[in-house]
Amino acid sequence: MTADQARVLIAERFSGAQVDGAAPVVVSVARDAWLDLARFAKETLGCRFFSFLSAVDWKDEGLEVVCKVDNLDAGLSLLLKTRLGPGVSACPSLVPVYAGANWMERECYDMFGIAFEGHPDLRRILLGDDWVGHPLLKSYAVDTPYPPYR
Amino acid sequence: MAVKGPNPPVLTPVWRNFKDLQEWEALHQKRPEGDKHSALFERVTEGIHSFPGGFLVTTVADNFFNWARKSSVWPVTFGLACCAIEMMATFASRFDVERLGMVPWASPRHSDLMIVSGTVTIKMAPMLTRIYDQMPDPKWAVSMGSCANSGGPFRHGYHVVKGVDRVIPVDVYVPGCPPPPESLLNGLLLLQDQIAHFRRTGERPAPNPKED
Repeated sequence: MTADQARVLIAERFSGAQVDGAAPVVVSVARDAWLDLARFAKETLGCRFFSFLSAVDWKDEGLEVVCKVDNLDAGLSLLLKTRLGPGVSACPSLVPVYAGANWMERECYDMFGIAFEGHPDLRRILLGDDWVGHPLLKSYAVDTPYPPYR
Repeated sequence: MAVKGPNPPVLTPVWRNFKDLQEWEALHQKRPEGDKHSALFERVTEGIHSFPGGFLVTTVADNFFNWARKSSVWPVTFGLACCAIEMMATFASRFDVERLGMVPWASPRHSDLMIVSGTVTIKMAPMLTRIYDQMPDPKWAVSMGSCANSGGPFRHGYHVVKGVDRVIPVDVYVPGCPPPPESLLNGLLLLQDQIAHFRRTGERPAPNPKED
């Protein structure tokens, strides 16, 4: 499975997907196709290695969830992206496909406040349970008070 | 037996009641709890002190106790970040603080000094106060490195306590990022100088100006 073959297969299966790049192959899909794309990447393209999952805050354009999966045998790596849209902070969870996404999505929820639908145990992982807000959002003020420490 | 508090009594400070860091620091020029001696000990020393010529005994005893205190300052091992590496180097054979009577001890209940070496995160701060509270009086704290002094490079982060003096009272600040063992050693010598002028009144003595 080379990057070219993967690009062709993804373009056949997901009509609305934007595909470009070779290493990694960057695939942008709509939010509805997110879980299908992950399952397709794992089962058809053989990307069984879940590398990471994170998010980007594009301010007015809303949040973007980014995830990298690899096919280590073929040397193929995919960078999966989906835009949630302005004001939306809900995204399908990848845990049914990649079990390793569990803690990554918890961290993503912790830092960006994205509610992953279908996640088995969505709660804060790095910050304390009493933390208010999601600090990696651009709207989070750096000097948000946290008595008595700040 | 009731423990005799400082006179006039000082309320236990709560950070939430303070307007800013300056006010907190002004309060901590005095140690609010004082040195907790038993009431019996106080009465005995007062008795000796009021005896004719007895003041010689008490002042000499104070000096003797201070000499003993400063000669065996045991720091509790509390390494938080990369500063802890320099702290370990200071404890190790090349710089060897054991010749100053300092033994890194792994229990807060036997320690007199806490060297806060590294970044104190908001999540770590309750544990730090708990360990500090477990140390017996009299106790001292050295803030080591930029992070512990003021938050350092992480001051504008969301998760870092902006100076460990917001959590515990600090006696000596050692600057540097990280401070080399020589710096920490200098800080520890300054602390010993402070301890040598320790008084039971709860007043924090002004350290002697160090001249090179």
